[in-house]
Amino acid sequence: MARHPVWVRVSHWITTASVATLAYTGVVILMAHPRLYWGDAGNDLTPALIELPISRNYKHGGFDEPVRFFENRAAPVSASRTYDIFNRNGWARSLHFLAAWCLVVPGVIYVVIGIVGGHFRRRFWSGYGPVQGATYAFVVFVATPAIVFTGLTMSPALTAAFPILLRVFGGHQSARTIHFFAFLALSLFVVGHVVMVVRSGVRQQLRAMTIGE
Amino acid sequence: MKLKVTRRQAIVAGLASVGGVALGPKGLPPTYGSLLRMADNVTYVAHRALLPQQALVKEYSEKDITSFPAIGTTDPGIVGRIDAAGYRRMQRDMFADWRLSVGGLVAKPQAFSLADLKRLPSRTQITRHTCEEGWSAIAKWTGVPLGAILEAAGILPEARYVLSHSYDDFANSIDLLDAFHPQTILAYGMNGRDLPVQHGAPLRLRVERQLGYKGLKYLHRLVVTSEFDDGGTKGDLANGWSWYTGI
Repeated sequence: MARHPVWVRVSHWITTASVATLAYTGVVILMAHPRLYWGDAGNDLTPALIELPISRNYKHGGFDEPVRFFENRAAPVSASRTYDIFNRNGWARSLHFLAAWCLVVPGVIYVVIGIVGGHFRRRFWSGYGPVQGATYAFVVFVATPAIVFTGLTMSPALTAAFPILLRVFGGHQSARTIHFFAFLALSLFVVGHVVMVVRSGVRQQLRAMTIGE
Repeated sequence: MKLKVTRRQAIVAGLASVGGVALGPKGLPPTYGSLLRMADNVTYVAHRALLPQQALVKEYSEKDITSFPAIGTTDPGIVGRIDAAGYRRMQRDMFADWRLSVGGLVAKPQAFSLADLKRLPSRTQITRHTCEEGWSAIAKWTGVPLGAILEAAGILPEARYVLSHSYDDFANSIDLLDAFHPQTILAYGMNGRDLPVQHGAPLRLRVERQLGYKGLKYLHRLVVTSEFDDGGTKGDLANGWSWYTGI
């Protein structure tokens, strides 16, 4: 097979750094509220789709007696959390968005060059084996766009400007849940990718992806 | 003449513009040499440059209203809080003695009582509150557009930011694009009733295009400034939070 072009090698390592940062800070952010929901909104006073067993702190102390907003019995309630703000994840959010810029800007350049130059067609379609080619195509054209756009859907300024994002993903909390599962899918890819690299010769693969030999 | 841009020129121009934003020219929040604050500023500038500023956030219907946790300060009247007794006294009198003072770069500094605010044209909106922790909740808010208050006080030409101070001793500021956004309101009503104590009685800010923590509860003072001021030790930056949270 032909050697990796320089733009592939450069974007590979930028992506590696930003994905590692995004994964780490993403888990830190998630630990402040490790509950996932479906729909527009969800919180500690509404049922969760999934509660992840990754952090205990969101529950300690709990809530005061709930008070109904309206007269009927099924009315939504308000309740006061009995402990002060516990999380210190402001840094993780800022670092997550910094890494996201570093993923999205080079990522768009990578995809444009890859499509225009015929790189994806040559490699994903016929260059690699069918499973490997389909996996790379899934990562580049499905999982990564899904995680980027669901990330944008969690931004109140972005959804004000582009309300279609909320319709496409079924609401703010649905987008957050899809964001998490896209993260799981991409993590699986990274694990598989690293296993393949190790099995096919680390030294040789690292040389191919750095100095291009 | 044909305009030719070499790759080197393009890269230098790109880095220079990102650097210009990151290093914080006048009019941007300070970075204090922090890479994270520089990244926040890149996001802030990108949002202001690329997004339509008059776009409204989605408004929901009554049936979409959800349960709503109250976090942070949920009662400034608890003993040990700043002026807990004072807050209790105001609460007993249905906040008749409470005032919202509006000062700084305005022609007519003044104080509004709750009754004054309720006499002004109001806006009611059912919107989603997005918490930085990851949860969200939908409620109906009623209040006065912040822009109307700023106009009533006669905002001066050099004004750039609106700084809010709360009764529980926090502070927060927003730029004029958010201050004059049609859905940025000073809310005195929630879900058709007076704003409950746990959600910021008698008055809280709603900044719908940013995260929940920009919507300061228990308001008592607004200050219009020309320079960036988020309240020093009481503000977002000093406490490790982004100042702009449209993301």
